[in-house]
Amino acid sequence: MKKLNHVSRRNFLTYALVLLAYAVLQFLSVQGSLSYSLTGMLVPICVYVVMAISLNLTVGVLGELSLGHAGFMSVGAFMGTAAAMLLENAIPSDPLRLAVSMVIGAAFAALAGVIIGIPVLRLNGDYLAIVTLAFGEIIKTIFNNLYLAVDSNGLHVSLLGNIQGLDTDAREIIGGPMGIGSISRISSFTAGIILVLLTLMVVFNLVNSRAGRAIMAIRDNSIAAESVGINITKYKMMAFVTSAALAGAAGTLFAMNYSTITANKFDFNTSILVLVFVVLGGLGNMQGSIIAAAALTILPEALREFADYRMLVYAIVLILVMLVTNNPTIRMFLDQVRVRLIGRKKKEDFNDAV
Amino acid sequence: MKKKKFLSLALAAVMVMGCLAGCGNDSSPSDESGSGSGGETTSAFKIGGTGPLTSDAAIYGNAAQRGAQIAVDEVNAMGGIQFELNYQDDAHDPEKATNAYGKLMDWGMQLSLGSVTSKPAEATSVLNYEDRIFALTPSASSPATTEGKDNVFQLCFTDSGQGAKSAEYISEKGLGAKIAVIWKNDDVYSKGLYDTFMAEAEKRGLNVVSDTTFNDGNKTDFSVQLGEAQSSGADLVFLPMYYDVAALILSQASTMGYSPKWFGVDGMDGILSVDGFDTSLAEGVMLLTPFNADDEDEKTKAFVAKYQELYGETPNQFAADAYDCIYAYKQALEAAGCTPDMSSEELCDAMIKQFTTMTFHGLTSDESGMTWDETGTVSKSPKGMVIQNGVYVGLD
Repeated sequence: MKKLNHVSRRNFLTYALVLLAYAVLQFLSVQGSLSYSLTGMLVPICVYVVMAISLNLTVGVLGELSLGHAGFMSVGAFMGTAAAMLLENAIPSDPLRLAVSMVIGAAFAALAGVIIGIPVLRLNGDYLAIVTLAFGEIIKTIFNNLYLAVDSNGLHVSLLGNIQGLDTDAREIIGGPMGIGSISRISSFTAGIILVLLTLMVVFNLVNSRAGRAIMAIRDNSIAAESVGINITKYKMMAFVTSAALAGAAGTLFAMNYSTITANKFDFNTSILVLVFVVLGGLGNMQGSIIAAAALTILPEALREFADYRMLVYAIVLILVMLVTNNPTIRMFLDQVRVRLIGRKKKEDFNDAV
Repeated sequence: MKKKKFLSLALAAVMVMGCLAGCGNDSSPSDESGSGSGGETTSAFKIGGTGPLTSDAAIYGNAAQRGAQIAVDEVNAMGGIQFELNYQDDAHDPEKATNAYGKLMDWGMQLSLGSVTSKPAEATSVLNYEDRIFALTPSASSPATTEGKDNVFQLCFTDSGQGAKSAEYISEKGLGAKIAVIWKNDDVYSKGLYDTFMAEAEKRGLNVVSDTTFNDGNKTDFSVQLGEAQSSGADLVFLPMYYDVAALILSQASTMGYSPKWFGVDGMDGILSVDGFDTSLAEGVMLLTPFNADDEDEKTKAFVAKYQELYGETPNQFAADAYDCIYAYKQALEAAGCTPDMSSEELCDAMIKQFTTMTFHGLTSDESGMTWDETGTVSKSPKGMVIQNGVYVGLD
């Protein structure tokens, strides 16, 4: 009982953290003291936070390394944006259209998650990681060759090349390697924060449910889990598809923040970037993912003063943070500081820490 | 469990500190420039641009930055109009370009050089349009950059113009009876050129015998594409792509013993400065580019000499384009009588009026100069170039 309270207290703290950040940033923005570049980064930060939390569900909670998370993001980005463009006349309200297209993006990403999950989740460990990597690349290649256009005769799809024989009023939506152009930028920081909160709610509720405990049991020992009658494939699939759907919604939000999007943006590097957020924030630690994603998105921009050495400094900072946070002496020191600040520790906490 | 919790807290503390420090860094220089702007901006126009100063397209970004910097130094030395130039790295990525643009806005940019490469330029030109900052991009050639934006102008040819011009040139000069095309099917630039080249080739009855593609994942081995071109007997290969891959294709063709005529586009410019590339392989490569570093013209000679002195290499077309951009701004600002204390919106309106009416003579135009229409696209004539003894020589 006490344990449960502790968990929910921590979850509420996370919601509070997000809301507080939102309140502070909105206040600053109304005041006009938020710089142009930081204002421009708010939506991408929300996107990366959602990406990190959703990947943390696969990597931290389910315990399977996925290297193709950006693939789901691109499914969401392309399908969601295409939906938004097609619905432009049907739904004139921007926020509503954004919400609908995010749902559509998430649905397509979930579908991709199911299709990929069926073969992939039969594997374990390194094998699974490699196969997700391959699927990420396949998704990228598909979108690089996908052509989608609409005219008075309806929707035209091709995987071969430019669609021929269209009406004069035709509108190209996805142009293969050209991606999607002239997107109306309807993403907003508020929408981003709502998505972050929704993501947290989904993930926390999943993790703290019967299903979540089954998922974690699979992570800790799949043979033991199977022996007590847990359906491994079902629960693995549940975590994997949820994670994919959330990444899809984030992808839609991301694409609608820029006027143009190409499939090459969602390559292996983006998958790794999100994985770095997760590892830095701590496996299974959602709060950590949020902070790591936000900080590491801002960091390269904050380092622009270093000009050409920017990415070098970024790498050094990353290495230092990883080393420092894993150093027992420093951790013990920080622990003491914390004890002094917060007062005496609860006995159970202390035992656990030792 | 608790260990993890603590780890997260420690991390959080570190990251928040980093974040705060970052924000501090972020705001303080802009504050400085903001407060300094009272005294400074009255004397100099703030020109900003984004380009790939790092990443695999870095040769273009750096060239543009250097070209623009040379022009700015020259203009400032003349007295009269003063410029202040700020180039930010966008790593050839629309997302980073948007961030870089934000940085420039915080710096107080009044006039923009847009972005150097196409996709980032599409992203930043929308922001230019929304914020009413006039942009003249040296080299972003995709039509979408200027489409629907009254205050975004290009100094280079559009992709479509270039592809069609290449086909026209090949057919008029009778350069090849059988033509092969190798293009990159996940690249905006390459696809834009390919589409228009093929359309024009069909119109002019060029015989395209082989049409093969590659993409980002498999750009190291071209034996299949080259083999097909060779077996179909192509005597001219059109390469609408950037120089790095083209260099690879040339060296692989030479090991295969295949030596057709090569025809490239402005992205091919730069092939002579690829590390480890045997420049003798590029002998006889033809390309359409608006700039010729061997031109006998006074202005070109002075620019090339200056560039070589400062950076130890021959400037490519991107450097020349950026150089021209600064001088085009100078001419327009002088003609409109603008002063640096004008708001960016006023400058924007004045520039739109000037650029649509004036004729500009620069390094990348011939005697008739270049003009712009309302859509922001430039009209100037390209120069055919061929590589001889490791340097570009005019084709005509």
